[in-house]
Amino acid sequence: MKRLALALSLVALATLPLWVGNSYYVNIGSQILLYAIFALGLNVLVGYAGLVSLGHAGLFGIAAYAGALAINHGANHFVAIIAALAATIAAAAVFAVLALRGTGLGFVMITVAIGQIVWGVAYRWISITNGDNGVAITTRPRPFGLSLTDAPNFYWATLIVFLLAVTVIAIFSASPFGASLRGTRDQPRRMTALGYHIWLIRFLAFLFSGLWTGVAGMLFLYYNQFISPQAVALGASAEVLLMVISGGTGTLLGPIVGAALVVIMKNVASAYIERWNFVLGAIFVAIVIFMPEGIVPGLARLARWCLAKLRPQVTEVSGAAAPRPESGL
Amino acid sequence: MTRRLTRRTLLRGAAGSALAASLPLPAIAKANPIKIGLLTIKTGPLASAGIQMEQGTVLFLKDRDHTLAGRKAELVVGDTGGNPAGAKTKAQELIERDKVDLILGPLAAFELLAISDYVARQKVPLLGLAAAEDMTQRRPNPYFVRASATSAQPMHPLADYAAKDLKYKTAITVSDDFAFGYEQMGGFQRVFEDAGGRVKSKLWPPLVTPDYTPYLAQIADADAVVAGFAGANPLKFMQQYRAAGLTLPLLGGEGMADDSLLRTFGDESVGLISASPYSAEFDSPANRKFVEGMVRDTGNTPGIAAACLYINGMVVDAALNQTDGNTDDREAFIRALRAVSLTDSPRGAFHFDHFGNVVGNIFIRRCERKGDKLVNTIVKTYPDVSQFWTYDEKWFLSQPVYSRDYPAMRS
Amino acid sequence: MTLWLILAGNSIAFGGLLFLLSAGFSLIFGLMRIPNLTHGSLFMLGAYFGVSLISRGLGFWPAAILAGLGVAAFGALVERLLLRRLPGAELAQVLVTLGLSFMIADVCLLGWGGDPISIATPPELRGASRIAGLAFPTYRLGVIVIAVVFAAALWGLLEKTRLGAMIRAGVDDPAIARVVGIRVSRLFTIVFSLGAGLAGFAGVIGGPILSVYPGLDQDMLPLALVVVILGGSGSLVGSFIGSLIVGFLYNFGQAMFPELAYVVLFLPMLVILVVRPQGLFGRVAP
Repeated sequence: MKRLALALSLVALATLPLWVGNSYYVNIGSQILLYAIFALGLNVLVGYAGLVSLGHAGLFGIAAYAGALAINHGANHFVAIIAALAATIAAAAVFAVLALRGTGLGFVMITVAIGQIVWGVAYRWISITNGDNGVAITTRPRPFGLSLTDAPNFYWATLIVFLLAVTVIAIFSASPFGASLRGTRDQPRRMTALGYHIWLIRFLAFLFSGLWTGVAGMLFLYYNQFISPQAVALGASAEVLLMVISGGTGTLLGPIVGAALVVIMKNVASAYIERWNFVLGAIFVAIVIFMPEGIVPGLARLARWCLAKLRPQVTEVSGAAAPRPESGL
Repeated sequence: MTRRLTRRTLLRGAAGSALAASLPLPAIAKANPIKIGLLTIKTGPLASAGIQMEQGTVLFLKDRDHTLAGRKAELVVGDTGGNPAGAKTKAQELIERDKVDLILGPLAAFELLAISDYVARQKVPLLGLAAAEDMTQRRPNPYFVRASATSAQPMHPLADYAAKDLKYKTAITVSDDFAFGYEQMGGFQRVFEDAGGRVKSKLWPPLVTPDYTPYLAQIADADAVVAGFAGANPLKFMQQYRAAGLTLPLLGGEGMADDSLLRTFGDESVGLISASPYSAEFDSPANRKFVEGMVRDTGNTPGIAAACLYINGMVVDAALNQTDGNTDDREAFIRALRAVSLTDSPRGAFHFDHFGNVVGNIFIRRCERKGDKLVNTIVKTYPDVSQFWTYDEKWFLSQPVYSRDYPAMRS
Repeated sequence: MTLWLILAGNSIAFGGLLFLLSAGFSLIFGLMRIPNLTHGSLFMLGAYFGVSLISRGLGFWPAAILAGLGVAAFGALVERLLLRRLPGAELAQVLVTLGLSFMIADVCLLGWGGDPISIATPPELRGASRIAGLAFPTYRLGVIVIAVVFAAALWGLLEKTRLGAMIRAGVDDPAIARVVGIRVSRLFTIVFSLGAGLAGFAGVIGGPILSVYPGLDQDMLPLALVVVILGGSGSLVGSFIGSLIVGFLYNFGQAMFPELAYVVLFLPMLVILVVRPQGLFGRVAP
């Protein structure tokens, strides 16, 4: 059942440019995928480590700016991508050392402060970043000689990166390291007693999260062929956090659903609903009222409840203890 | 707001559609409606000017009975939300999904810069409001037409007026810390200093500055203060300027006392001298008609955003009449757009230079209280102002674009 | 010399406004552990209420108080209908308060339009006062007085009344407070409503300085965060001193280090958080 659903959604994703028709919708698909990678990266911290970052747009922006500057200084795309990811991971290490001084709200506030400082630098260091006018790049990479200029090719490239991200993060989450990371979230004292180095586990998780944030940042740069301080602002950090929370933290599917929700509301629904900002806010409020744990866990609960109603004889088996959210794809 | 659920209104007069229905088939090119895309900002902090842009466009189409050069005109509005990525997505929506023939807007320079390359690749004419200098100077977009002004275009005559008519010798500038501010103040400085004046210091408060006191406290010993703020900042700045007891004359750019905002302003703006490509007080048949229409439909005096979008509409109309309603030959259409020369528009007579930037009136206005209303009275009109002012075009373009550090301060 | 005196005086006045903005935020966070990300929106909503009341002929002061009461009532509703369902669920609280702030911003845009609106300075406080030969805006002196009066009143409320004792007990240890029979649920409604009301009132008081415009909410929320981080949450003294520190940092930082204008608040905030995560005056580590 689950495998069938997985196979069907893979086919649907892979053939999307063939059946949505218009290149505009293909581009929306690319945006959803790249934001889903961003949200999945943040979810490593928020969902698995229980550390809420409100400064991830800073990392996202560092990747995009580093990539753009490398390209505009004559680096080829391969070098630029490596440089951008290296810069992001280095920045993530600095972020982590500072932010892990605090836990809970302290952690949140430190990430806010760092994010705002990165934004301030992007905005004010005009000789490097061109200030609020931003930096444009003129080309997209050509992996294996394949042009990514048109919408379907760029979509397929993004899809490959997206599937790679989902696979790696799924393996990560199922690995012993993923389990110990969840341990630091739920039972930090016990983990310490068992001899785990909590700080190091969280630090490595931060780097892992930073890597995927950097990947998303580079995709954003290639998609828009443009980066400016707005992509680094506090609002951008809040937006990706909203994607993670609304979809469901600590699940693999949640951040993807959250990214789809926000991207579609902002870009597609805004063409039909003049007050789309209000509706988006109202959807968040409704999610909290009806499924406070997020859309994906909420729907899973609803589905189990319906199944239980339909097949009362298996109630004890399927309806009793809800499985941990991490187990759901 | 008359439309709540959908902003995608098919704008066509009942008479027009009846006529179209009775046209004999097969359909000729003229039977297809011309699709006009509008990139604007209807949500968030920049919505004020963005909503005006839509009002100006809607009024223009209404005045023409939604028919341009014999073709019905449809408007498709995209709300960018005021950020570059949103502008890019909305530009793609208008071009790739809605297949518009041309785009009006966007408002902000950072939006324009984010979409310029893409729109040029797609060969879609773009009639922008954003003032970024290099779009019609050092990095020109061949599909761009600007009927409003570059950032510095009104500031050059303002500096001329300050030095020659007001006889000011020294000035301090204070402006939003972003490209629009740099370009405005750079333009003022160059002309003011070439006319013998001196800019003593340039202050750059961040775009988000709740309290201007740290900057106001540094203002002293000059003949005038030149302010270049945009959005909600002019009101905040002027309130705090007056409250701090500062009495130096205040000069400003087009954003400082927009006609559309004066109804919510208080006495803090009285006495402000500002330069703008538009004034609601300008007396011409086209402007009287435009102001009447806006007051009737929106209940408010129009400002530069509504006026320039209305003017953009007139430019499109004139170009379509030249191409006989044809937009399919994009090269011919953009040539026709840039060749437009109007003698009567809400901003008076104007034409375009070979970069597609406007050459036309710049009004020097003084904000005054008339009865219970504030108005910007025109005190001087500079006709046929080019983006290069009186400078040689080649020399102008060989200089760097105006920035935070250029022109350099004279010690 | 004059410059520094003006900046010093203004630091106190701006700090006073920040105190009115952030005292409620600090109380709500300290007692209820809710990161109330609608706080900037409540400030803006109060300012818009004030605009409407004043345009209907009400005086500035009654308008400020009524706007504060209106926002307090709105806050009580938000607490009763939404936040009460989410005790301890910080992520859901973030989602719902951010969602509400989207909604409030859009409703304000619809209701009051996008144009910036000025709130006239009350006639009795117009112009500049001369203190020791320096001209200083009279209205800002008034803001200092209002902030001090409110600080004293809040201090009295917290230290001298039964309600205050219950709030303090709740801040220190909610579980114990419940055990000794304090109706924490009603307390939460009162505190949230009080905090919201203070923010709404501050919005009108800030009007003659800041004016009212879409985006005011996003401009003010980070300031409230910085104050509470520097001062520590749940502590009245902390938010008072935090406000003054932010006032001074802001005024002197912008004037002395214009190159650092964008990080003048967040860099000190980062340093303090890294060195002392509970804030300068925080009683409980967050």
